Amino acid sequence: MESIEFIIGSYLLTFGAIAVVAGRMLRRARSLSHRVPDEEKYWL
Amino acid sequence: MTTPTTSRSTGTRATRVIGIAAIVMSAWLSLFGLVLSPADVAQGDAVRIMYVHVPSVWLAYLAFIVTAICSVWVLVARGRVPGVDRVAGASAEIGVVFMAVTLVSGMLWGRITWGVYWQWDARLTTTALLFITYIGYLAVRGLEGSPEQRARRSAVVGVVAVAEIPLVHWSVRLWRSLHQEATVLDTDLDVDIDGLMLFTLFVGVIAFTLWFVWFVLHRARVMALAALVEERSLDEALAERAAEVPAGGQN
Repeated sequence: MESIEFIIGSYLLTFGAIAVVAGRMLRRARSLSHRVPDEEKYWL
Repeated sequence: MTTPTTSRSTGTRATRVIGIAAIVMSAWLSLFGLVLSPADVAQGDAVRIMYVHVPSVWLAYLAFIVTAICSVWVLVARGRVPGVDRVAGASAEIGVVFMAVTLVSGMLWGRITWGVYWQWDARLTTTALLFITYIGYLAVRGLEGSPEQRARRSAVVGVVAVAEIPLVHWSVRLWRSLHQEATVLDTDLDVDIDGLMLFTLFVGVIAFTLWFVWFVLHRARVMALAALVEERSLDEALAERAAEVPAGGQN
């Protein structure tokens, strides 16, 4: 495969960005959810 | 201070199903994009970047359009729909992330096909401008003011900013551009792409749409949690202050 470093790099960048944003979001959700009772969480 | 006895986070059965489906579709996308789909006659293996580049920009456009629709709703309701405002903000944040991914993956693709990472070409420049505009939108959301004021102010920017999307899309026609024209449909609306390539692109669009839904649901709920925490902190501070003041006295 030609220019494999750019091709693999683009996939790593894309899925890496998804993983980092998702991880940060879930960590923030967990830290905040401890401070709010479940009955106030409209999605439950 | 009241401490909740249980603490369930922003996940629900629906978000778990969407998340698992997004992961499975992303794995399929990687398999088809990197291994099973054929190399392009003109571009060779560089075309494989298209399978993450095009779905990324699709997601960013979708996110900004959702922001605009929610912004119109916010303006009609005069800012009194906090849930809709949160979806507008969440959607714009996700759009900005994926617009950044689009720009960088496009730079990597450009380095292979054009020999340079960046050119001040019409498509690239208008895309960068769109990215900066939505960073501005997020900055406006963070400005001081009541929740209604902030919602209305950012909704105006959200409605105006979306007008840039047609400019980005048509930039390759309006000006001379290095960037290729539409990948799937040409000017005669004929599908001009190999079947397996089209299928791979379709898998990518589905995977990224699932990611968008998952991200917006979680992010909007995180925003709701943050607002509730802020409200509770304020209530507790006021209660503490009231307790400090002796009955009938002044402080």
